Amino acid sequence: MSTLSMNLAQFVPALPEIFVLVMVSLILIIDAAVDDSKRYLSYVLSLLTLAGAAFLTARDLSSMPVLTLGGLFIDDPLSDVLKLFLYLTVAVVLVYSRDYLRERGLYKGEFFVLALFALLGMMVMVSASHFLSLYLGLELLSLSLYAMVALQRDSSVATEAAMKYFVLGALASGMLLYGMSMVYGVTGSLALGDMAIALQDGTDMRIPLVFGVVFIVAGLAFKLGAVPFHMWVPDVYHGAPTAVTLFIGSAPKIAAFAFVVRILGQGLESQVVEWRDMLVILAVLSMAVGNIAAIAQTNLKRMLAYSTISHMGFMLLGILAGSQNGYGSAMFYVLVYALMSLGSFGMILLLSRAGFEADKLDDFKGLNQRSPWLAFLMLLLMFSMAGVPPTVGFYAKLAVLQAVMEIGYVWLAVAAVMLSLVGAFYYLRIVKLMYFDTPHDTTPITTSPDTRIIMSANGLAVLALGILPQPLMAVCMFAIGASF
Amino acid sequence: MFGQSILSLVIWVPILAGVAVLATGSDRNAGLARWVALAGALLGLIVAVPLVSGFDTATSAMQFVEKTAWIPAFNIHYHLGVDGISMPLILLNSFITVLVVIAGWKVIQDKVAQYMAAFLIMSGLINGVFASLDGILFYVFFEGMLIPLYLIVGVWGGPNRVYAAFKFFLYTLLGSLLMLVSMIYLYFQSGGSFDIQTWHTTTLGMTAQTLMFFAFLLAFGVKVPMWPVHTWLPDAHVEAPTGGSVVLAAITLKVGAYGFLRFILPILPDASHEYAWFVIMLSLIAVAYIGLVALAQSDMKKLIAYSSIAHMGFVTLGIFMFSPLGVEGGLVQMISHGFVSAALFLCIGVMYDRLHSRQIKDYGGLVNKMPVFAAFFMLFAMANAGLPATSGFVGEFMVIMAATKVNFWFAFVAATTLIFGAAYTLWMYKRVVFGSITNPKVEDMSDVNPREILLLGALAICVLGMGLYPKPFTDVMHVSVVDLLAHVAQSKLP
Repeated sequence: MSTLSMNLAQFVPALPEIFVLVMVSLILIIDAAVDDSKRYLSYVLSLLTLAGAAFLTARDLSSMPVLTLGGLFIDDPLSDVLKLFLYLTVAVVLVYSRDYLRERGLYKGEFFVLALFALLGMMVMVSASHFLSLYLGLELLSLSLYAMVALQRDSSVATEAAMKYFVLGALASGMLLYGMSMVYGVTGSLALGDMAIALQDGTDMRIPLVFGVVFIVAGLAFKLGAVPFHMWVPDVYHGAPTAVTLFIGSAPKIAAFAFVVRILGQGLESQVVEWRDMLVILAVLSMAVGNIAAIAQTNLKRMLAYSTISHMGFMLLGILAGSQNGYGSAMFYVLVYALMSLGSFGMILLLSRAGFEADKLDDFKGLNQRSPWLAFLMLLLMFSMAGVPPTVGFYAKLAVLQAVMEIGYVWLAVAAVMLSLVGAFYYLRIVKLMYFDTPHDTTPITTSPDTRIIMSANGLAVLALGILPQPLMAVCMFAIGASF
Repeated sequence: MFGQSILSLVIWVPILAGVAVLATGSDRNAGLARWVALAGALLGLIVAVPLVSGFDTATSAMQFVEKTAWIPAFNIHYHLGVDGISMPLILLNSFITVLVVIAGWKVIQDKVAQYMAAFLIMSGLINGVFASLDGILFYVFFEGMLIPLYLIVGVWGGPNRVYAAFKFFLYTLLGSLLMLVSMIYLYFQSGGSFDIQTWHTTTLGMTAQTLMFFAFLLAFGVKVPMWPVHTWLPDAHVEAPTGGSVVLAAITLKVGAYGFLRFILPILPDASHEYAWFVIMLSLIAVAYIGLVALAQSDMKKLIAYSSIAHMGFVTLGIFMFSPLGVEGGLVQMISHGFVSAALFLCIGVMYDRLHSRQIKDYGGLVNKMPVFAAFFMLFAMANAGLPATSGFVGEFMVIMAATKVNFWFAFVAATTLIFGAAYTLWMYKRVVFGSITNPKVEDMSDVNPREILLLGALAICVLGMGLYPKPFTDVMHVSVVDLLAHVAQSKLP
């Protein structure tokens, strides 16, 4: 009896994951039984699932790491905080997407089920402390995303994007596995904690270890979309239905951050000199290529895809610092980025209607005359992306820049700000289109009240966190400080 | 009740008033928006009055200080305070904001609420720039003010407004980003503080000082603007609406010069002395060469824009003389230029509203149709040329005296401005106001209305008052300036 309760007790930290899994299975069954007129059931149940998971996570917030399930799973402040943000992000995605999906005949159970499976994958990634569980979570996320991109079966662009995503994603997973197996060969362990201990005193198998690190970093760079492993990003962002782009562009970035920090920061911490230089190259290239290529785009989704690449470069600046301060800054950056990304892709969804995607830059012309409020929100989002105070994007940049300068990489900070100057140009161009130009499309903008409220909250959050960034900053610093 | 938070009021009253104006909504309520804006601007001026009445001219310490933790994670504080250098600038800004609101009363008919709100919010942000004692807080205001200005130029500007708005924004952003890196460097050098006064006492090696000197020089030099990074100013001025030009010339240029006094001199004294020759050269080029460029302009706004660059050259020249006379002369020149350039742009606005042209050749013989206006315009033109008894004379004279003590040739080149300034201003005045009427449209021009008389009259009083009795201004700044220079005279090398 006592061994049984012992066995059950070790599942308690994973309760949110178990709950989500049960609920997804339930939604899958219910959705098969209802017809299109009652499809809102799946939508409501999905939101309830998120609320329930949030409740379960918030109920026992851990103040120190708890390792369980034979070292596969870790429940620490970092995972709790990130999970709460994941729920929030996915919930906002679902709200923004609803009308868009309905108008395009995509308002099906599949979308919700896949989104929740992807969420489950992300939760596992965030809470994994073992190469196996990390990989498991990553693949659950990736496979769900491949399917979501291809959700619009009769769209050849979407299918092509899904194919590209799948092939390159599988390649990346292969590299990651290869790297992991080399590191395993050196350390004799797949658990991050044991690995860190084994590497602490150095090893006589430097070459396999460095090779392993190289492959792992390359695999991570693929998943993050860092240059030169970024080729899939613009095509996928552009080709996928906007609702799916919104999903890919927000929540998985948070999970990817956790993934990178767990592997590099916790498992391979002692190898920081090896991976720092690689991340420097990835970060500089990402910021350069992302910002410069974005200027040439005429499609907003594609432009934001390149902007994502540059933002991931910025986020890497925080990680490559290899300090708690740096990881905290990167975490702040990625949460802020998710917020801005939700807002800007959400705006495309809000402006779109049946038969009209609103994803061209010119579709934003004269938005200030059509809807001053939405234009103002987009203005805040764009200035935040550009890193202009008093929006929160500025503090995100400030945080990673000071982390980089703390380790003495002044030149890197200078390069980063110069490249963000290049980036400012194309964000300003959106503002220019909205405010300086006259609209060529005067169709009234119809949005449902709930999406409008969420969008307002989203846009104003960028400003409010810009005026008072401390709470979010403190949460990030605490989560990192208590988990490392 | 608000005795402890005067500076917060000075910053937040205009910003909240701007939000209130935005809330009046579309152009159907334009009248309401105008009155709310005027009330907000006046209130902003009223809350700034205690800064003068309660100011202690005997101390160089910061006054009206407010300090609360803002972002403890990076040791960033909401830290405000003013001394004799920043207080007059806050007052100037609050005063000009009222004028700008009145100046846009009839002219702006499109998106009135947004126009007024942009100016009010910007006014609050600029007050924040002058009042910040925390580096990051300063940066937030310094950058934040670009957003409303970008919109003002881009939305209500002339035909080439998009180009001008982008050029202006990216130019200034380039400078400020390098300053941000310098600030983070200072944060680590000072043991984890963004406090500007702590930075004043941080020891720094020569290499670091040199690099940061040029970073800050770029940030503030672009704003001043100094030759050769001045090219955004004529574009922005020409394309901006009248109110935009007034604020650009009267206020935002001062932010750059203020940065020299608050950051470059006290934080980097050794580099400042080492590279003073560089700044002096650039200033003299601005004074002499840009004066000649102004002479060649056919567009009145462009002419005044170039004249602004030349006058601001005087300010930077005065600052780098490292003597109380020079720095105070520079400060007086800043305030005087605030009045004079605002007045001249308003004059051009008055003419533009009637004839819709800024070209000098389209005018001529204005005195026949607009005698009152011609008298006002005369006064401001004379002030711009540096005629004694106007405010324009005081600052220039002080700077030239200070320069003479350092090097005769500096003073000689600087003094050419008295010739060039008189030449381009008065020649423009002659072509526009005197002579016979050649353009039939000038026949239909009506003289200034009471609203315009109010605007120009208020500025005329300031220009004459400061010209005849500048002592109150120099009294306010004297102790702070002397203390600053004593601080700058000490080496900060480790």
